[in-house]
Amino acid sequence: MIKIDDYREVAPRGTVDLLLRLADRVRGRRFLHISATRFGGGAAEALQRLMLLMSELGLDAGWEIIGGDTEFYATAKAITAALQGEERVLTEEMLEHYLERNRASGGKLPLEADLVLVHDPAPASLVADRPAGGTWVWRCHLDLSAPERRIWNFFRRYAARYDAAVFSRPGFVPHLPIPQFIVHPSIDPLSDKNRELSRREIRTILEGVGVPLDKPVLLQVGAVDRSRDPIGVVNAYRIVKKHHDVRLVLAGGGGDGPESGEVFAELREAAARDPDIVALELPPDAQLQINALQRAATIVLQKSVRDGFAIGVAEAMWKGKPVIGGAVGGLPAQIADGVTGYIVRSAEGAAFWLRHLLNNPELIARMGGVGREHVRRNFLITRHLSDYLALLAHLTATPA
Amino acid sequence: MAASPPFRFVGCIELLENLGVKAQDERELLEFLRRVPAGSVFYHTCGYFLRHRIFVGPYANDFATWTAVHRGDRVLGERLAVVDPFDFADPEQLREELISIVSDHLGHLRVPPRVDDGEPFHFVQSHVVEIPTGLEARTLAEFRDRLAEVEASAIYYHTVLARTRLGRGAGDFAGWLRGSLGRDDLAAAVERTDPYLSSLERVRSRLLDVLDAALDAGPAAEGREPAAPA
Repeated sequence: MIKIDDYREVAPRGTVDLLLRLADRVRGRRFLHISATRFGGGAAEALQRLMLLMSELGLDAGWEIIGGDTEFYATAKAITAALQGEERVLTEEMLEHYLERNRASGGKLPLEADLVLVHDPAPASLVADRPAGGTWVWRCHLDLSAPERRIWNFFRRYAARYDAAVFSRPGFVPHLPIPQFIVHPSIDPLSDKNRELSRREIRTILEGVGVPLDKPVLLQVGAVDRSRDPIGVVNAYRIVKKHHDVRLVLAGGGGDGPESGEVFAELREAAARDPDIVALELPPDAQLQINALQRAATIVLQKSVRDGFAIGVAEAMWKGKPVIGGAVGGLPAQIADGVTGYIVRSAEGAAFWLRHLLNNPELIARMGGVGREHVRRNFLITRHLSDYLALLAHLTATPA
Repeated sequence: MAASPPFRFVGCIELLENLGVKAQDERELLEFLRRVPAGSVFYHTCGYFLRHRIFVGPYANDFATWTAVHRGDRVLGERLAVVDPFDFADPEQLREELISIVSDHLGHLRVPPRVDDGEPFHFVQSHVVEIPTGLEARTLAEFRDRLAEVEASAIYYHTVLARTRLGRGAGDFAGWLRGSLGRDDLAAAVERTDPYLSSLERVRSRLLDVLDAALDAGPAAEGREPAAPA
């Protein structure tokens, strides 16, 4: 069972005591989270852990899930994609069904609280039937900097009815007439995905997925689709391979895009011609496998050409690895260029810095060490929790 | 000597609010510098203390880093970087200095550098949520021991925020040492510790050096038991 005191060993000095004091300050105020699902995706994963910690702190926190049928979830998924700039067909009937299902959920769920945090687009139109009292905040985990215009025009009417919104970084924020707060995502250093592993555990887990540890590993973790540019990573690896005997591991599940199957096929073809290219298709719950891969890696890549906040970068940095990442999404917010890794704009750029690091191994350790401290200060779940409690303190009044 | 009232250590969290305005070039930076709340000027010049210094970039203040890195305007970056926010009584005076520098720079430029792939500058302001730590001190020795153990945001609150945003010119530590303990000498030494371009842990370490020297010079008078003879 997770305990707040367990974080004293990993969070910056004094953080847990400050959290206990902050919890005292907001005690008695009800904090309600509403989302479409309890499982799947980094945001739900983080909220599960945050709820446990809020319970540990003795806070009155709840988490409600909206209901919906297959058509509702398909529409919500299409709205989510369109808000991130992708073209999607959404008919009036689909949008009306989305609104109607949220109205039905709103009628059944207990929505009274001092602060209601509604996560992402799926449940967002609940705000249309919000009860009197309480502060309603839309927590958007997506990059909405370039939404598809027609869907944004539809969706904006609901987003603007909130008292405030929370985004993951300033560059993700669209124009909205309400206050917009910034809360970075986080990693839980005590979860299976990030906890310490012994060498034996790492070896056993990697044997299980077929990754030998006989040479340095270059690793990219993430959905296998064009936005993460795995083919660009293979091209960078091929440049490096002429000079260094390394292994490239691309690990992740299929992406949402229709081209994901094509990309997997291209990777399998590349792997068939070069035994040092490993394409691993992992299930969504492969927490320990990802942990072991990141710990075994020499250098981690995230060479995205389009991405969200990509908190996996912080996971790798927490394990003391330098990260080479694309100049998109939340990557520049996590990678201090030239200090904890490198920001690149091409496969050639990735190859250059890979060779630079492999030729200067002392840099790998130094960058990895600084990266871990950077994550300790900015991207641990304890900081995430203190931001949420600060939001509760700032936006709600002390109960009489 | 026991002071009344005691010093009460207060920690804090900064909640960040995106202001919804972004500068694409130096002219827009100047325009928005004139309009944004003072809390935004403060955040972009002093906010680095609560973040990790290396995260911020080559310079401590965000305006300098952005103009140098994302606009390729190294000269303006250097001129903004050297501005020490602790030299100004409040963020409005600091704002005037920054406006004056950007304005003067643009006046001497025929064409601002053209950069197409840099990120815009997003103006953010911070809301400070105060958190009493429950730690308090009545004597110099207690003050030293509490300072050594308190969470770093309390050092930020009592030195950086107090001096640059809350209008408590000398900072809370120096104010208490002078007002409640009557130690003008120590207050002056604490005021002289230069926080700019430093880290909160380094500020803590320098303050502890000052306090340890005072306690070593007169342990009985300062409420610390003399060390037992070897």
